[in-house]
Amino acid sequence: MVELIAKSPCAGLLPLAIGDVQVVEVDLGVLTSIAPYAGQGGATSDALRAAHGMRFPKLNRATGKDGARAIWFGRDMALLAGPPCDASMAEHAALTDQSDAWASVVVSGAAAEDVLARLVPIDLRQAHFATGHAARTLVKHMAASITRTGPESFLILVFRSMARTLAHDLKEAMEAVAARG
Amino acid sequence: MRIDGKGLVDRSKPIRFQFEGIGHTGFEGDTLASALLAKGVRLMGRSFKYHRPRGVLSAGSEEPNALVTIGRGAVQEPNVRATMLEIHDGLDARAQNAWPSLKLDAMAVNDLAWPFLGAGFYYKTFMWPRGFWERLYEPVIRRAAGLGALSGAHAADRHEKAYAFCDLLVIGSGPAGLMAALTAGRAGADVLLVEEDSRFGGRLNAETFQVEGLAGSDWAAQAIAELCGMPNVRLMHRTAVVGAYDHGTYAAVERVNAHRARPPEGGVRETFWRIVAKHAILAAGAIERPVAFENNDRPGIMTAGAVRAYLNRWGASPGRRVAVFGNCDDAHRTARDLEAAGVEVAALIDSREDIAHPGVDCRVYSGAVVTGSTGRLGLKRISVQAADGRKEIEVDCLAMSGGWNPTVHVTCHMNGRPTWREDIASFVPTPGSIPGLVAVGACAGEFSTQACLTAGAVAAKEVLKDLGLKPPRGALVPEAEDTPYRIAPLWAVPGKGRAWLDFQNDVTVKDVRQAAVENFRSVEHMKRYTTQGMATDQGKNSNVGALAVLADVTGRGIPETGITTFRPPFSPVSVATFGAGAQGMGFAPQRLTTSHAESVVRGAPMIEAGLWYRPSYFPQDSETHWRQSCDREVGYVRNAVGVCDVSTLGKIDLQGPGAAELLDFVYTNGFSTLKVGRVRYGLMLREDGFVMDDGTTARLGPEHFVMTTTTAAAGQVMRHLEFVHQVLCPHLDVRFTSVTEQWAQFAVAGPKSRALLNAVLEQPIDNDSWPFMACGEIMLCDVRGRLFRISFSGEHAYEVAVPARFGESLFKLLVARAEALGGGAYGMEALNVLRLEKGHITHAEIHGRTTAFDIGFARMVSGKKDCIGKTMAAREGLVDPGRERLVGLKSVGEDATLSAGAHLFDTSVAMTPETSLGYTTSAAFSPTLGHHIALGFLQHGPDRLGEVIRCVDHMRGLEAEVEICDPVFFDPEGGRARG
Repeated sequence: MVELIAKSPCAGLLPLAIGDVQVVEVDLGVLTSIAPYAGQGGATSDALRAAHGMRFPKLNRATGKDGARAIWFGRDMALLAGPPCDASMAEHAALTDQSDAWASVVVSGAAAEDVLARLVPIDLRQAHFATGHAARTLVKHMAASITRTGPESFLILVFRSMARTLAHDLKEAMEAVAARG
Repeated sequence: MRIDGKGLVDRSKPIRFQFEGIGHTGFEGDTLASALLAKGVRLMGRSFKYHRPRGVLSAGSEEPNALVTIGRGAVQEPNVRATMLEIHDGLDARAQNAWPSLKLDAMAVNDLAWPFLGAGFYYKTFMWPRGFWERLYEPVIRRAAGLGALSGAHAADRHEKAYAFCDLLVIGSGPAGLMAALTAGRAGADVLLVEEDSRFGGRLNAETFQVEGLAGSDWAAQAIAELCGMPNVRLMHRTAVVGAYDHGTYAAVERVNAHRARPPEGGVRETFWRIVAKHAILAAGAIERPVAFENNDRPGIMTAGAVRAYLNRWGASPGRRVAVFGNCDDAHRTARDLEAAGVEVAALIDSREDIAHPGVDCRVYSGAVVTGSTGRLGLKRISVQAADGRKEIEVDCLAMSGGWNPTVHVTCHMNGRPTWREDIASFVPTPGSIPGLVAVGACAGEFSTQACLTAGAVAAKEVLKDLGLKPPRGALVPEAEDTPYRIAPLWAVPGKGRAWLDFQNDVTVKDVRQAAVENFRSVEHMKRYTTQGMATDQGKNSNVGALAVLADVTGRGIPETGITTFRPPFSPVSVATFGAGAQGMGFAPQRLTTSHAESVVRGAPMIEAGLWYRPSYFPQDSETHWRQSCDREVGYVRNAVGVCDVSTLGKIDLQGPGAAELLDFVYTNGFSTLKVGRVRYGLMLREDGFVMDDGTTARLGPEHFVMTTTTAAAGQVMRHLEFVHQVLCPHLDVRFTSVTEQWAQFAVAGPKSRALLNAVLEQPIDNDSWPFMACGEIMLCDVRGRLFRISFSGEHAYEVAVPARFGESLFKLLVARAEALGGGAYGMEALNVLRLEKGHITHAEIHGRTTAFDIGFARMVSGKKDCIGKTMAAREGLVDPGRERLVGLKSVGEDATLSAGAHLFDTSVAMTPETSLGYTTSAAFSPTLGHHIALGFLQHGPDRLGEVIRCVDHMRGLEAEVEICDPVFFDPEGGRARG
């Protein structure tokens, strides 16, 4: 039997390191969107904690940690990144496999905020967007999910098909910031 | 003339630059204007219409005269103000609007013809013959008049956009702005201080005032040093706030590397900032206004404040023998500063009778005015009308002041109107014009340094209160000069000749009077008639003076006359900066399928479908024309098997107890009756009854569906579903999300499609286990995927989906297997021909103006249930048999080329727009049938099958006789798809 070869969305595009900023592609494991059914928000959160150890994230927040994180992903929806979503969750919420739908990168470094200030229209400074904060917003023209994962690091997800544009836009912004010295 | 010991330029750092091909040396800190004045160069430009020799008028961004072009080729930039251009090594600046040279400009002949060229001249003169305006007059006039030119090449330097956020935005770093920033910064507020100039300090750098016993510029430098030490304060210089918008949003342009010849590697020339501020303090200062008198536009005549700025900040006296002319005490300072610096002051002329002694050594004429000047390429002499008669005074520079106009522009960007203040004869910002913004200092009509400092501190304290922060303790407002601002209005000195109001557009007092005489009495009409207030300075120097003249001639007061509207941008912004980053790949995201790289390797030209890129066709070496490739690929599908990436179609995953009901409501046909493991074609209408989209929806489980949309309408359908669910059917317990990106999906079509699939599927399929319109999960090479037996080509066909990470690998595998079976990959051209042969519609047919009735799908609108668009689609006019309805068209006799967009006419009538009976939407050569076919919409179409009509494409010059036929050209029984 022939084997199908897997290819990551940013293969051949990343990593990038320019000035004080690095961009790497990250393998988040399994991505599952969790959309609780009517009146099932509490039950979904309880089931999520029982199965994976974190609460269902509130608006603009992420719960859990590297390896198993639940990211607020829009209206009544979270994205579980890491373990395969426990099948029992399907009782409370619509579960959809999105493992291959997103290009996932981490932008990190002392000037990461400055780079993202060229591309993202919301305030990502530490005082307003702390570790564990998450947003659905834009990276230049692309719809994106952005989560702050540390003082100098951000997890960014855009559509898989846009990986090349993401790498291009990040590179231009990184070069411009680096050139300011 | 450079004055020893004066100025803030760094004399240890000489800089070589060129102006008009002549080399000069200036110092670091010089602008082009200051460096040229230091060298005695007064002539810097030619005027817009009359090509009058002009020198610098101001020392800021309002400069109307000294506009130059810098750079060459793709980096050429026109209309750069010499007053803002920092000199740098390699700078090569040229004057504009002059030929053959700045000193000898042939077009200056216009100036001799001035009696004929007044306001409204063009409108009255170039009326006949009518056609000449566009072809002759306008091009000639445009060439003769005007500003600099772009190179026509794409901008070579990068520009960028960026976002900033703060609690307090302080605009301007003069005494008011600095004090506001210090007060707020010391209290811990998140402050952004923005300064248009390259140097912080505003007028403190241009005047000789002391603050707290320090020279103003030293106090400013000390304040900046303190601010730099605050982590909560950000400072941006070379940054102009150019617009105020809703919700505390401000636009600003930062000249990141515009003061260098080229940006460093990777760097940008300018940054377009969007700043979102909870509060803003506008401390933008004021702009001095000229006085209109005859020939007040000669090189060497400039505003008094500009003379002080050149002297005090740049250590450059604009003249050797200077006269000062003004209507306010402020002008007196100019004479004092010049004398203190050892520059000869010939006279101080004040239009007011009763003035306190200005404390100067020079001759003082009170109650006197300057009535004229001589010196074509540079001022030589002024005429003064004094109490004791007329005087001629030899000078090479005249410093004039008509008073100051607060820089109210930004406060008018949300349609606010400034308020007239009689005591200072100026407009000031109307409080509340921009929510969250307070204007302070000179910008609010408070002209003493002390008043500016105090106002900045007071405004900042108000902001701190609102932010819940405590004002800093013990921070007192420093002491500074507090002289009152005394002025008596003087707009225009009476006289016969031309007295300039608007230097940039060559508008004189006479022009404004003429406008009023011709009944253009509204200030907005006067502006359009005379062009006063247009072009790069947007009337910053002339608006108030012009409307004062208009008020005078129309017998109204200035506040009743009103002022024209100030709109963004405050100062000129290049299109390259507005469109920053949107060139080339930055224009829009590219969406690439998993098979993209392989398609490119195979030489496929890629075409755009929305943001997606899809292969047109896959050329082979022997092929020289796309039609050969397309025909071959059609043959693959009709005779063997073809493979096509269809991942770009929208895919929406719907789950929940309400999913089936939602589908019933958004589709015209029913889906609650669809069995698990089956697929159904569905048609979706808009609220107005017209077709929105079509596609197939598969039922994977009792409460689990996957909807497909067309590539073009994927986003629209998703938005529609959200609207329907959130607004119309919130009671339905259904959740949906896009899975377009999750799956790589390939059409495998043709008689040998099942044979191909069975070679890669773990469980082989047959017609019983996987009949037409079946769907389900499969295992393919150890990967869990989905298989749908659907057909867009009319052939026995499938779509196979795998997680996208395996897309490229599966595409290569399927194509290789197809090639082994006598088939291969096919692209969009073949896909289009195949669907056309089968009469399947695309958005060429459902283009937004067609109904289910029009496309022959009226019976798909179920009578058993309601659906979106059903009621509106039943309107009388939408079910009229006379509507243009879908038909097939095939050429009669010898094959003729049919094209999309052609019009349909009866053979017997004259072809006019009125006799057009319809149009074609899609057309192609059918290799299967051996002739051209088309789909189109024809009045009474389905009732006229078999008739022959004319198909005429006026644009391409094509005409053919066509037979009206059923839209399904090939295999109308559909046996091939079921086989």
